[in-house]
Amino acid sequence: MANQTLDVIKTQNLAYTYPGATTPSIRDVSITIRKGDFVILTGPSGCGKTTLCRCFNGLIPHFYSGNLEGEIIVCGLNVADYKIHQLARHVGLVFQNPENQLFALSVEKDVAFGLENFAVPREEMRKRVDWALQMAGITELSERPPHELSGGQQQRVAIASVLAMRPEIIVLDEPTSFLDPVGAEKIFEVINALNKKLGITIILVEHRLDLAAKYAHNVIVMDKGTVVLKGAPRDIFTSDEARLLGVGIPKATKLYQHLRQHGIELETVPVTPAETADLLREALRET
Amino acid sequence: MIEVRGLHYTYPTGLEALKGIDLTVGDGEFLAVMGQNGAGKTTLVKHFNGLLKPTTGQVLVDGVSTVDVSVAKLSRNVGFVFQNPDHQLFSETVEDEIAFALKNFGFEEAVIEKQVDWALNLLDIVQYRKTSPFMLSGGERKRVALASILAWDPKVIILDEPTIGQDHLQKEKLRQFIMQLNAQKKTVVVVTHDVEFVAECNPRVILMREGKILVDGKAEQILTEPVVLAQASIVPPQVTQIFLGLADLGLPSNVIDVDEAVEILLNRLRANS
Repeated sequence: MANQTLDVIKTQNLAYTYPGATTPSIRDVSITIRKGDFVILTGPSGCGKTTLCRCFNGLIPHFYSGNLEGEIIVCGLNVADYKIHQLARHVGLVFQNPENQLFALSVEKDVAFGLENFAVPREEMRKRVDWALQMAGITELSERPPHELSGGQQQRVAIASVLAMRPEIIVLDEPTSFLDPVGAEKIFEVINALNKKLGITIILVEHRLDLAAKYAHNVIVMDKGTVVLKGAPRDIFTSDEARLLGVGIPKATKLYQHLRQHGIELETVPVTPAETADLLREALRET
Repeated sequence: MIEVRGLHYTYPTGLEALKGIDLTVGDGEFLAVMGQNGAGKTTLVKHFNGLLKPTTGQVLVDGVSTVDVSVAKLSRNVGFVFQNPDHQLFSETVEDEIAFALKNFGFEEAVIEKQVDWALNLLDIVQYRKTSPFMLSGGERKRVALASILAWDPKVIILDEPTIGQDHLQKEKLRQFIMQLNAQKKTVVVVTHDVEFVAECNPRVILMREGKILVDGKAEQILTEPVVLAQASIVPPQVTQIFLGLADLGLPSNVIDVDEAVEILLNRLRANS
């Protein structure tokens, strides 16, 4: 039982083939994600990241037919045995483009929508919506129509909608790619707060690791449908495998690597510009 | 190649998206349009192929006002790759998608075949020739959209957020590919938030905010001005952030390139030891 509560996602030899496809989109995926983890899921496009995420909330196999093999347990539930709406209480999904997710006439209604579907009592609903808006930093936008908001604000509405369901896991598929860098940073800060303050397990699908790397505990790299690397960001970013696979290593780490190739060893592996600057300051002082 | 004079644009909803733009993009120039969400970047470049016409002011492409020619005619010279490839794709196969515009422009069958093959190879999507574009991933669809524009060889190529959804290797390919187009004297205009991508390309950059151009200059000037960048919701490239953080040690503050950064640091570290 103890293990079950600590491992929020566990897959065993998971494989899935879309209907009509001849080769599986994911194969032989055996991973464990622990409660409270912040995981970046990355890899070349077409490597199966999105397909794997669709398994986490049961879209595969319940919405997409096709052939699922192996086992996937999410929050102690065998995904194959539970319906999408049952899994939705445990796993929330945020997409790349919030426009695809929002549709109500006001932010508040959008955030309340999922709860209405679960027949949550009115008072409880009010409480949860207010809380979700506050966590996403958009309380002042509650009456506004979502389609009039900026991309960054819309993405925060999408996050609040998912959050109102109080999921244990939130999966975000490139949530900042349409946002300007400042807007993107704000989203990552919201996600980070959900992880650190509420202990929600975060799975972030991302190509651009520059902004996200500093928040993550673990990075999972996929290639050709299977998991090829898993570990702490610093270890993954400096591995030869990641370089060969073309993982988008942050420039702050890249600079460290280039210096290393020229015989300059900094004390630790940096993943942010501030860390690199500190290490360089130290090195310049020593010499 | 493109001349914008006193351009104002107000959407039918009343939203004033462009508030007086003056800009000249030279033949064979490579320009990146950057700025916060909603600054008017896409609205501006949609004027370059006549998709939008000025409310007041003027846009000239190759000396001709966009008001005087149809979008179809302008398209022969100006190819526009949309941010969302789904706004652009509609054919049943990738091959048909790429051939579509070529047919409309009245190219001969043999030329169409040649151009389609060339574009499929160029964007590394040959294996999807007979596949429906809608079966492909977001990044792959984007490459199909780009291939379909490049196939007819326009003089000006406009790319709206081309790096979204592209992995690191594809982004590098895209970069080499844009540099190559530019070396062939194509005019390239890229709308993007991707500072690292712009730092690697080092094009001319205009920074937009609230319907106006804030600054105009070379990437290495613009991307190393954190105060101006902040006004446009842009964060400097990571290498620049590192060098700005070490400015008190006498390191230059206008570095955007990793290789240049390595060279400067090696010189400093070796000189000190």
